Amino acid sequence: MTSNDVDQRYYFRFSLGKRYLHGLLMVTFLGLAATGLPLRFSETAWAAAFARTIGGFRAVLFFHKTCAVLLTAGFLAHVGELFYRVFAKGEFSTLYGPNSMTPRPKDLTDLIQHVRWFFWLGPRPKFDRFAYWEKFDYWAVFWGMLIIGISGYVMWFAPFFGRYLPGSLLNVVLVCHGEEALLAVWFIFMIHFFNSHLRPAHFPMDPVIFTGRLTGEELKTDHPVEYERLSQDDGLAAIQADHPPRWLTNFARLVAVGAIGTGFVLLTLTLAAFLNE
Amino acid sequence: MRRSYRIIRPQLMWGVLSVALVLCFAGIARAKMDTQLCLACHNASAPKTDHVKGVSLYVNAKLFKPSIHAAIGCPSCHTDIDGFPHKLPTRKVSCSGCHPTQDAAYRRSVHAEGAKKIPGCLDCHGNPHGILPKRDPESKVYPLNLPRTCGSCHGNPELAKRYGFPDVYALYMDSIHGFALTQDGLLVAAQCSSCHGAHEILSRKDPSSRTARGNVPTTCGSCHAGVKASYFEGVHGKNLLAGNQKMPVCTNCHTAHRISDVQTVAWQVTTVGTCGGCHKERLRTYRDTFHGQVTALGFSETARCWSCHSAHNILPASDPRSTVAPANLQTTCGKCHAGATLNFVSYQPHADPHNKLLNPALYYATLFMNLLLAGVFTFFGIHTVLWLFRSLFHRTGAGPRSGTELPWR
Repeated sequence: MTSNDVDQRYYFRFSLGKRYLHGLLMVTFLGLAATGLPLRFSETAWAAAFARTIGGFRAVLFFHKTCAVLLTAGFLAHVGELFYRVFAKGEFSTLYGPNSMTPRPKDLTDLIQHVRWFFWLGPRPKFDRFAYWEKFDYWAVFWGMLIIGISGYVMWFAPFFGRYLPGSLLNVVLVCHGEEALLAVWFIFMIHFFNSHLRPAHFPMDPVIFTGRLTGEELKTDHPVEYERLSQDDGLAAIQADHPPRWLTNFARLVAVGAIGTGFVLLTLTLAAFLNE
Repeated sequence: MRRSYRIIRPQLMWGVLSVALVLCFAGIARAKMDTQLCLACHNASAPKTDHVKGVSLYVNAKLFKPSIHAAIGCPSCHTDIDGFPHKLPTRKVSCSGCHPTQDAAYRRSVHAEGAKKIPGCLDCHGNPHGILPKRDPESKVYPLNLPRTCGSCHGNPELAKRYGFPDVYALYMDSIHGFALTQDGLLVAAQCSSCHGAHEILSRKDPSSRTARGNVPTTCGSCHAGVKASYFEGVHGKNLLAGNQKMPVCTNCHTAHRISDVQTVAWQVTTVGTCGGCHKERLRTYRDTFHGQVTALGFSETARCWSCHSAHNILPASDPRSTVAPANLQTTCGKCHAGATLNFVSYQPHADPHNKLLNPALYYATLFMNLLLAGVFTFFGIHTVLWLFRSLFHRTGAGPRSGTELPWR
């Protein structure tokens, strides 16, 4: 198999379950952002107009809570799967190693090497299956869902939690919910969009999370350590994929354009409102 | 003698009564006779303009006969006409002879200011020969007709601008009072004279005016007695009585003319800003809460100022009767939050995140979140910009081509 053959072939990077999980996360996240940010920036004209358009405050809360419940279900399913893999199947590689999301010393050296490359001070680091910024994305979302989720449920069932928590914590949860949401929204719409889609190497989008597949060329360039490991123990054949069907590629493009468009609208509106505060 | 007096007295009484009756009938008959005599000339064929003043000499009998003045006859007002044929009248007809109280009140009012004395009696009461009692539904000052009468000036924006008087007719007609009057024909609905009085209308800048700031609660209270009592129990009413003119009165929240139904969302939402006009700090901290965010979006299905502080008898939390007194918080919060516990009501609806002493948990949580945001975006902001530039140079081939990135697609 020549090097050129490998470049042109497709390999699986994300299972169907992961792609659905990302899809659920993306849709509910956009829904939560769109129905939550008007409250955070309630004194702007666009927020009031948007809330009215949706059908009023009760409708806004209904959509917000619906998305929250769906996302919680996705989150619990994901954590459940992790527990299943570790405790039932004994896949400890989930916890540590190249296929795990747990940070490793290599992530720190990769970061330093990457910054050196930014300044022409060294070669681009050889990333493994998950680069340090991808792990940061993952943990940022993980932490964000915990903070926003817990604070959200405390507010939703405030009198219930009021039996066990001091009232001052009810003051704290709204600030945490709102500020963590801003962090999440801006991080996704600025940093994640750039890192994964908009940076020149992938512009305008990287369809891998939608098609599940990347080319051998992409695997070699973006995940060289993983590529070498897979080539050695014949793992490449196991993840070999067919060409992504055209409908899937087109669907991915459509979804990405919609998500990135929505993201930029919300980013512009919230940044302008924040700077005016 | 005593006995004879007793006999004479009833006879005397009957005699006096009969004479009085005869005189009375004679008077009415005289008036009627006079009127008929006058109308014999001043009928439809009389000149529409006389040669001296250019006024019409025609008196419409159909208007005059049902009018309240029909009984007293023409000479009661046209006092210098003493017989027939008569000389040219020289005295202007004056209402003050019979209505001195109203005249005195009118002379003190804003309407009597200025040389022209507009409006005079007839501008509101209508045709001099057809004046009806105010109970008569046809009268221009009948409660249901009065707003239109006043509105003939106070509903004319051009006139109002030119002469500098308030143009409030449209506002009133859109108000809950206006609706009650026009839609339900409610005679007790407040109309112009209910608040301003009829003849003694004074500028609200005059401290004795019924619409002067300090008198507004009493004026509104003449109908809304319960609200008035409750208002004077509250801090605003008490301080107003103590002479603090900065205290809000009814009109500050409800406005003077465009008084809205208190159930409307628009009014409930804007009035939060009205309270916040004075209580600025309280409004700022309220806006940081979920309650404040919902009302800022224009929805009222959440706690607004008076949901907790009550609307009229607003009392400080230190007063045990106050709805926000610590002992009453569970009831007050419980109106919306069923099952509110003591823990739950220790929530601060006006917590200031900048106040370390009062709200330490909120202060440090806010500080932590701000540092987290600043940290993450500083790091990844720089990271992203550097990466972008490096990638662009990598693409264009500028600089040493170290490392690999994917080519353009």
